[in-house]
Amino acid sequence: MPKRTDLKSVLVIGSGPIVIGQAAEFDYSGTQALRVLKEEGLRVILVNSNPATIMTDPEFADATYIEPITPEVVEKIIAKERPDAVLPTLGGQTALNTAIALDKNGVLEKYNVELIGANIAAIELGEDREKFKGVVERCGAESARSHIIHTIDEALAAAEDLGYPMVVRPSFTMGGLGSGLAYDESDLRRIVGQGLQYSPTSEVLLEESILGWKEYELEMMRDKNDNVVVVCSIENFDPVGVHTGDSITVAPALTLTDREYQRLRDISIAVIREVGVDTGGCNIQFAVEPSTGRVVVIEMNPRVSRSSALASKATGFAIAKIATKLSLGYTLDEIPNDITQKTPASFEPTLDYVVVKVPRFAFEKFPAADPTLTTTMKSVGEAMAMGRNFTEALQKALRSLEQKGSQLDFSHVPEWEVAELIEKAKRPTTERLHQVQRALLGGATVEQLFEATKIDPWYLDQLQLLNEISAEIRRAAALTPEMLTRAKRHGFSDEQIGALTHNSEDVVRGVRQALGIRPVYKTVDTCAAEFAAYTPYHYSSYDEEDEVALHAKPSILILGSGPNRIGQGIEFDYSCVHASMALRKAGYETVMVNCNPETVSTDYDISTRLYFEPLTLEDVLEVIAAEERTGGVMGVFVQLGGQTPLKLAQQLADAGVPILGTSPEAIDLAEHRGAFSRVLDKGGLISPKNGTAVSFDDAKKIADEIGYPVLVRPSYVLGGRGMEIVYDEPNLSRYIANATEITPDHPVLIDRFLEDAVEIDVDALYDGTEMYLGGIMEHIEEAGIHSGDSACVLPPITLGNNVLERVRAATLAIAEGVGVRGLINIQFALASDVLYVLEANPRASRTVPFVSKATGVQMAKAAALIGTGVTINQLRSAYKMLPETGDGSTLPLDAPVSVKEAVLPFSRFRTMEGKVVDSLLGPEMRSTGEVMGIDKHFDTAFAKSQAAANNALPTEGKIFVSVANRDKRSVIMGVKRLSDLGFEIVSTGGTADVLRRNGIQATPVRKVAEGSSAEGEGTIADLIVAGEIDMVFNTPSGGEARSDGYELRAAATSIGVPCITTVAEFNAAVQAIEAQRTYEWSVTSLQEHAASLAASQNAAQAAAGVPQNA
Amino acid sequence: MPIVESNDVTDPNPMTSTAATATASAAPEPAVLVLEDGRIFRGTSYGATGTALGEAVFATGMTGYQETITDPSYARQLVVQTAPHIGNTGVNKDDAESRRIWVAGYIVREAARRPSNWRSERSLDEELAEQGVVGIQGVDTRAITRHLREHKTMRAGIFSGDAVGTDKELLDAVLASAPMEGSRLAEEVSVDEAYIVEPKDWGWDGEPRFTIAAIDLGIKRMTPIRFAERGVRVHVLPATATLADVQAVNPDGFFMSNGPGDPATADNQVKLLRSVLDEKIPYFGICFGNQILGRALGFGTYKLRYGHRGINQPVMDRRTGKVEITSQNHGFAVDAPLEGATQAPEERFGRVEVSHVSLNDDVVEGLSCLDIPAFSVQYHPEAASGPHDAAYLFDRFIDLMADAAPKSAAAATTSTESKTEDKK
Repeated sequence: MPKRTDLKSVLVIGSGPIVIGQAAEFDYSGTQALRVLKEEGLRVILVNSNPATIMTDPEFADATYIEPITPEVVEKIIAKERPDAVLPTLGGQTALNTAIALDKNGVLEKYNVELIGANIAAIELGEDREKFKGVVERCGAESARSHIIHTIDEALAAAEDLGYPMVVRPSFTMGGLGSGLAYDESDLRRIVGQGLQYSPTSEVLLEESILGWKEYELEMMRDKNDNVVVVCSIENFDPVGVHTGDSITVAPALTLTDREYQRLRDISIAVIREVGVDTGGCNIQFAVEPSTGRVVVIEMNPRVSRSSALASKATGFAIAKIATKLSLGYTLDEIPNDITQKTPASFEPTLDYVVVKVPRFAFEKFPAADPTLTTTMKSVGEAMAMGRNFTEALQKALRSLEQKGSQLDFSHVPEWEVAELIEKAKRPTTERLHQVQRALLGGATVEQLFEATKIDPWYLDQLQLLNEISAEIRRAAALTPEMLTRAKRHGFSDEQIGALTHNSEDVVRGVRQALGIRPVYKTVDTCAAEFAAYTPYHYSSYDEEDEVALHAKPSILILGSGPNRIGQGIEFDYSCVHASMALRKAGYETVMVNCNPETVSTDYDISTRLYFEPLTLEDVLEVIAAEERTGGVMGVFVQLGGQTPLKLAQQLADAGVPILGTSPEAIDLAEHRGAFSRVLDKGGLISPKNGTAVSFDDAKKIADEIGYPVLVRPSYVLGGRGMEIVYDEPNLSRYIANATEITPDHPVLIDRFLEDAVEIDVDALYDGTEMYLGGIMEHIEEAGIHSGDSACVLPPITLGNNVLERVRAATLAIAEGVGVRGLINIQFALASDVLYVLEANPRASRTVPFVSKATGVQMAKAAALIGTGVTINQLRSAYKMLPETGDGSTLPLDAPVSVKEAVLPFSRFRTMEGKVVDSLLGPEMRSTGEVMGIDKHFDTAFAKSQAAANNALPTEGKIFVSVANRDKRSVIMGVKRLSDLGFEIVSTGGTADVLRRNGIQATPVRKVAEGSSAEGEGTIADLIVAGEIDMVFNTPSGGEARSDGYELRAAATSIGVPCITTVAEFNAAVQAIEAQRTYEWSVTSLQEHAASLAASQNAAQAAAGVPQNA
Repeated sequence: MPIVESNDVTDPNPMTSTAATATASAAPEPAVLVLEDGRIFRGTSYGATGTALGEAVFATGMTGYQETITDPSYARQLVVQTAPHIGNTGVNKDDAESRRIWVAGYIVREAARRPSNWRSERSLDEELAEQGVVGIQGVDTRAITRHLREHKTMRAGIFSGDAVGTDKELLDAVLASAPMEGSRLAEEVSVDEAYIVEPKDWGWDGEPRFTIAAIDLGIKRMTPIRFAERGVRVHVLPATATLADVQAVNPDGFFMSNGPGDPATADNQVKLLRSVLDEKIPYFGICFGNQILGRALGFGTYKLRYGHRGINQPVMDRRTGKVEITSQNHGFAVDAPLEGATQAPEERFGRVEVSHVSLNDDVVEGLSCLDIPAFSVQYHPEAASGPHDAAYLFDRFIDLMADAAPKSAAAATTSTESKTEDKK
């Protein structure tokens, strides 16, 4: 039964910004979906607010709407485009929720749009906990047993049935208030007693605890003929209690017999049928009691999910692509398996390797946050690795994390520490794997650790195996072939072997290679080699047979960016993918090296060959060697994947690997302070006064010289890590004492902090003679807020031509002085009309995708070609990749205005006391993603960006204003405007006084520090939590007011009220609020924006007498 | 839970008679795998040490190693497990598919050091050693699999301990062993005495609905259980059973099981099946039983390049157009026309059609007679190990018996009343 012929156009809903729990995997799945829909000849319409995605590239859809994913906006798109169908299952929960809303409010019916890939009834059955319990029961399976009780006596009776420990959940309370785990009767009396108080209905749910059970997940596909296959089984290393996204996970499941596995499979199939998932993917999670094998169904997701991306990468089964085809009416047996070509997709992949995924966390960015892992996901990224056994895969995955201390440590564990490690391991944290392994190393038994953690003894024994091998390595008389072979087969890195044998990594590598102990590359083929594979998707293993085929042309390697982390996310993957596409189009064979399963770059058909490998020097050198021996290497791109590959540049060059694009010497010029200041001097440019300190005395001297406030940071900085603005000497002393380990190798950099400066970001291309300035971005927040957390606008809205000219000249001088070949990103600050250079990064930046989307020019593709020797002139004339004349600094006045806004994860993180962490912005980056708003003018574009960031500005209601003394002058106009527009202004203390003297009727409320009044009048924080305030505007000040500010920001963050913490953003918000009240939003696709921009540019050229491009 | 125990458990292993000295090894000793074409893989010993000769085949299931090694269809084969870790869940009494391990030798990448499962009774290593099964671990199983895929299944030998000689000696030993083609093995793995599997022991309340005679050509323990769960009493008869033996149990249906060896050697069973079909007794065959039906109808059989051995094999049921994921273990297949109904070469059996086909390579996976009550499948609906997608075939057979057998019409009910497919 071939595909449906009645569908001509489809609207795909994306997942919006990268947030914790909904990340790059949906770009991967969405991009696959768009490619399929286009191949099938449909008109494809896309809405996604995230500019950093590949899916929002104009070439992937016929109409690409970078607009907020809200029911109102999507309705406008539907009204304009009139698609036949909406596909909502590939854009995460965001897309699914939007589809449900469009169904509920009648939009789908009104415009006669069909939902494909899912049906509302199925979504509801899958997502509603109570309804889903019914589904599970009808399938003959079990959910966790529970009782609803209204009195303590009922609770005690329920305890007879459920046993301890028991989960207590009061009904209808916010954010899990009053929940807890009761281990005995006294706990139960206490928690239930409180819970009955908290619950407005005096109702409490008691549920049996499945903490410590084994956790599994099955990825399923179903077609319209009711054919169902299991794509992958995934086993959690961490037992139930830790969110799957935060757990180390393993595929395939390794500790189930066939009977137990088939039981899970039978239940999954029964559930997918009972729920009625029509076509496409879903996953089902199970808990299995380790001592009895009792199975409890935890939940299902009736859509493509994070685990689907993992399962796709782990097996080679392209879930999103196939789900899309199924939604068009194909059946599984009609879809060929890309990898084998000969066999159909209606089969179940079988693996002859082990896949391990490890999460990457960012707790260091949120020092106040409780690092306990719970059922709320907190990791910001993940790395995946494959090996021919668990130990090899685990160790590869750990080193893929690229975090200090992520590799297992086999140094001696003193006896006294063992008991402490076991005790610590009882609480799941990011450190647990290491605690468990080290406890075992110190002599604890597998039984003791199982008791403490409930991690399956098989896995504990594998850690024990690694410990035993570490002892063998240590005992070995020399680097013998036997010892090295054994160590490598279990994933030990050259670095780890070096540490155990008191050799340098280089020596170990030299000896190992001289002995011929090298990895081979196996193929991910979905079928354990039963059929030949036609897709070169490889992973390394220290095994016998290599499978890399000979290639005719020398290859170009692109090093990816590794696991997503704050500061280095999907934007870098975007550049890598673009480079690969452009180079393949230009006739090169490209090779991608990356270890992030969430990304488009690790899709096996993006590059000519894919190596799913850690991005360490050792692993990269081995990939290069494999490529060398099978046909040669033309060179390696290190400038696209962010800091991860960039920091390998020099070592790769030292190993004789040709670096394409900007040379390691040039990279060093930009990164090394002294050298860079000479570049600036030569170009007649200045940077804020600065110095380098290796002691507090040094630091004090420098700070005294350049004057406070100063910006201090460690010399090696990623995403503003450890960066702080210091206003006085005591704080400088505190910073030096606490925050950094100062050594001559790791000095502290001290810069003058420019107050009230406008920050400017530039992305440019340089080929050695000519520069193409991609775009100039003006930050909304003043300098001092990390550029990744600041909103910015392109083209600049308040900078004069004279400033733009200076920025342009400075960019050229730096690009030339450093010797860039390809992309460069420069940050400037404009203070009192003086242009300072803050830093230059000779690589793809976070803003490259935004600039590309905003100006319609594919910067990363151009950079890749420059790396192969193509000139900007050729890119303009022959390749048509850059405009024939002009660039991103010469956009016409009627060019659309694009605003980029950061999305921050504060609501995910709680302090030990259970409160949300502070949401103040600073020089340390903490955003996980970004959105873009694009429109004719700044005000509407800014409003769109806020709505897209789930921070929609109010058009009426109450606004709370409380600002620091230094800001009081600058806010009056804006607050007055809001008051005039009819908003009720609520304020406290000094701010209220200032407002009233300026004729603004501000309603006074109690400060948090004042507490509730005797009459029960609550504080501002109470009002916010009660939902009575529609927007909070609070700028921080020092001292006592700081804690007040924290309380109310935390209140706003916890219930999702817009909370503005800078004057600059407030003023932008006032403009946007007014625009929202004045104009009806319109939606415009990128393709339409590009056409009108081209028309306007042509008109301008015609007017200037420049011959027009035909 | 009752266990099908009808034969001598200590029965000597006829398949590895080429010399397994059963000694469990404390420290792993070197072991060598030698393929017939001279390719050699070196690893360490697993299970017993000694010599194992047989046909090297690969099995791709990620679960179910205990079912695999105890499946009599693997007799005289050296099984390469493509799954990376083997032995993680140990072995237990319930998951064995027959009274002993049948694989002649066992080839794995990574053997578990410590089993972990609430049902585990002992380690696989111990079990292999005790039953004298010679294995090898630490070899590149993927390379071996690719080699077998490209050069077809072939004879091989595993040598460990004292059995390790020069490469030349080992290869000579492999070349001197018997090939699978022309091997008649069903009688060797079959039970000697008949036994009965009763529905009441497998959760069926009330009187049995039907009685069948099942010929054990290497039957897996789960097969009669699947019948019994559905209220069918199963008389399991030895491979040497005659028509008289079959008629003696007064069966409503007749069944032939899976089993090892070359179906071209099964002349006796073909003859028996023809005589049963002549009696119009409804027939169902699995695996070997499918090949025997093919031969009874007058078709030939042939050896596949490298067989189908896994639990992820897609098969289309042409009657419904649905795909089922099946458990398979076959090295031979029936050579019948794929399209439409054709006259059986043995004309008295009327028309036949290929009811099931492999979606991977279009191999015949099932036959259905249109004019007599008989059908069979090449794969394993009893699914141990493997998915339960094809369990409906047992119901289909019950329907066939209900339609065809007026004598037990009183007892006959429709299959919709049958018990759940997977009690165990």
